[in-house]
Amino acid sequence: MSTPGEMGTEAWPLWEVFVRANRGLSHVHVGSLHAPDPDMAVRNARDVYTRRNEGVSIWVVPADAITTSDPDAKGAFFESPAGKNYRHARYYVKSEGVKHL
Amino acid sequence: MSGTDFDTHGGDLDVHGQVSVDEVELAEELAGAGITGTGATASADAAEYALRLGDDALMLAQQLGMWIARAPELEEDVALGNIGLDLIGHARSLLHYAGTASGRSEDDLAYWRDEPEWRNAWLFEQPNGDFAHTIARQLVAASYLVELYAALAESTDPTLAAIAAKAVKEVDYHRDHATQWTLRLAGGTEESRRRMVVAIADTWPYIDELFVDDELVERLAADRVAVLPSTLRPGFDAVLDAVMAEAELEPPTGRTAFVASGGGRRGSHTEHLGPLLAEMQVLARQHPGASW
Amino acid sequence: MTSPADLSVVERELSPEEEQFNDLIAKDSRIEPRDWMPDAYRKTLIRQISQHAHSEIIGMQPESNWITRAPSLKRKAILMAKVQDEAGHGLYLYSAAQTLGISREEMMQQLIEGRARYSSIFNYTTPTWADMGAIGWLVDGAAICNQVPLCRASYGPYGRAMVRICKEESFHQRQGFEILLELMQGTPAQREMAQDAVNRWYWPSLMMFGPPDDQSPNSAQSMAWNIKRFSNDELRQRFVGMLVPQAEVLGVTLPDPNLRFNEETGEYDMSEIDWTEFNEVLAGRGPANAERLRRRREAHEDGAWVREAAHEYARKQAERALAASGAVA
Repeated sequence: MSTPGEMGTEAWPLWEVFVRANRGLSHVHVGSLHAPDPDMAVRNARDVYTRRNEGVSIWVVPADAITTSDPDAKGAFFESPAGKNYRHARYYVKSEGVKHL
Repeated sequence: MSGTDFDTHGGDLDVHGQVSVDEVELAEELAGAGITGTGATASADAAEYALRLGDDALMLAQQLGMWIARAPELEEDVALGNIGLDLIGHARSLLHYAGTASGRSEDDLAYWRDEPEWRNAWLFEQPNGDFAHTIARQLVAASYLVELYAALAESTDPTLAAIAAKAVKEVDYHRDHATQWTLRLAGGTEESRRRMVVAIADTWPYIDELFVDDELVERLAADRVAVLPSTLRPGFDAVLDAVMAEAELEPPTGRTAFVASGGGRRGSHTEHLGPLLAEMQVLARQHPGASW
Repeated sequence: MTSPADLSVVERELSPEEEQFNDLIAKDSRIEPRDWMPDAYRKTLIRQISQHAHSEIIGMQPESNWITRAPSLKRKAILMAKVQDEAGHGLYLYSAAQTLGISREEMMQQLIEGRARYSSIFNYTTPTWADMGAIGWLVDGAAICNQVPLCRASYGPYGRAMVRICKEESFHQRQGFEILLELMQGTPAQREMAQDAVNRWYWPSLMMFGPPDDQSPNSAQSMAWNIKRFSNDELRQRFVGMLVPQAEVLGVTLPDPNLRFNEETGEYDMSEIDWTEFNEVLAGRGPANAERLRRRREAHEDGAWVREAAHEYARKQAERALAASGAVA
């Protein structure tokens, strides 16, 4: 299942835009736009989403190329971590007060 | 985005409390003039030279501004807007510097000179036409400006060098934008190719004027203040030939045709400049001495 | 007496999806595109977001009208950047609406065929430069009052688009105020121009908050769904409260002789708004309705061959790439 929005009916397809705000940070989704091809998509992204110095690097991805988790399977996908408290450092209280732990 | 405190979960409706103004470091607005907007005083020759370049940029910006809200797609409204804004920036910096020689402001020069006092080359006053004509004009203009500013960044005049150093990166993007569209229009549909071919043919006669040397630039070039336009031609041709080849477009014949020597640098213009200036200057001239 | 509609609500069992939706709204959480949502919620959002997008796009026209004539190069740059922002805002909003299952092309068709609404304020004309100031100060000011709460709208993509828009809008209102301030500190002709623009834009800007609460049919449902956070009248009051001291700084007179702060109610008393005018403009009989649509249609149609060319080029390139990879394999 792809991201919502792509219809497959528009002459210029939909692209999702990801921008790296600064060196050392991940690319973050900032929005979408229409463009005829990848070369124009990345340029349009530059013009539309970095007019105010918002980024140092841009990714564009055709919306229909993104595979998303199925929202109806939300329970099956995201239930498992709940209760597995031992994955988190704060579960281990006996070491409280011991330095560098 | 940095420095923006934007609380979207605030409780009370304080219409402004939730949006605070970006605390960005404001950069120098007029390149070469410093943050205070003062800067060095130009010599008479350097001022005349800056006027030529400033007028080129302003006439192009003025016309690109007409595309906003009329572009073929929203993304292109934004793209052409960015290019126009870059060019207004160049024009302001250059006219500001030009004005220092005679105690005039950028606006004195933009709004209170009549046609014969304008120094832009004819290319820059040619109308937008359809999107293909705008792209052809952009391709030629930006390709020329990239060569010019790249060389001018080495000027012995620190103000011109600073302006050129900032501008060259921006016009590099403009050239890329025009190249991308030239390829798409030439290689798109039959109609778009036909329009692109016409636009190239209509634009080509205005190329030669850009590369004409005269006494002023020769004097300035001797001191390495200015760049001799004729020296920019090989670089320009190489870039343009490559784009034309990729787009499978033939350079129109008669490339050195009627406008070869132009006249813009001497204040002689095509019939398009008058209406452009009339529109741009109308409000300012209704209120002499007013501040805006 | 209970109406049949109420009875049906009582008797109907909620589906698990419906329960989850109600639960998310109750918790003031966000609804995301793939979540189940009631049809009416989806329709309301598509209508509201697309109208909002159309307003940004049509709203470019009254201001782009002055880009070529801006009286200084600095003002020209500011205005160009502002109108350009509006194209960007329209684009963000169309993208948000698109996640609900309607294409931008379809929305654009609805707009140019006159089947969609947009903020009727943009059907007023901008005969003077001072209108650039009044639009920034009053129209963008009113828009910000409306929009800031929308950053918390329950539909995720809408809220996110609004966050981006509000951040960028912060300069729009200030530049408008500055234009008016310059004019008010200028020549008598400039001051007159500024006051005249304020006179023309003040009432239309108050109408931007929509009809009074007791005549606003969709408001209650939108508030229940956390799409709308404050009522029309609440927002209008806040806006006027903001304007009064700002008008003093400017030295302009707000064109309402009955405008005064009422100590008892803690609100501003004001003259009755002339809703017949509002309804006229809304019904398409404003000063520039036809012109706005004509120009949008023209831009869209004139651009068709360009969009088509880029599409065709992309298709050919893809075909070539495919052929090349086929040749290698």
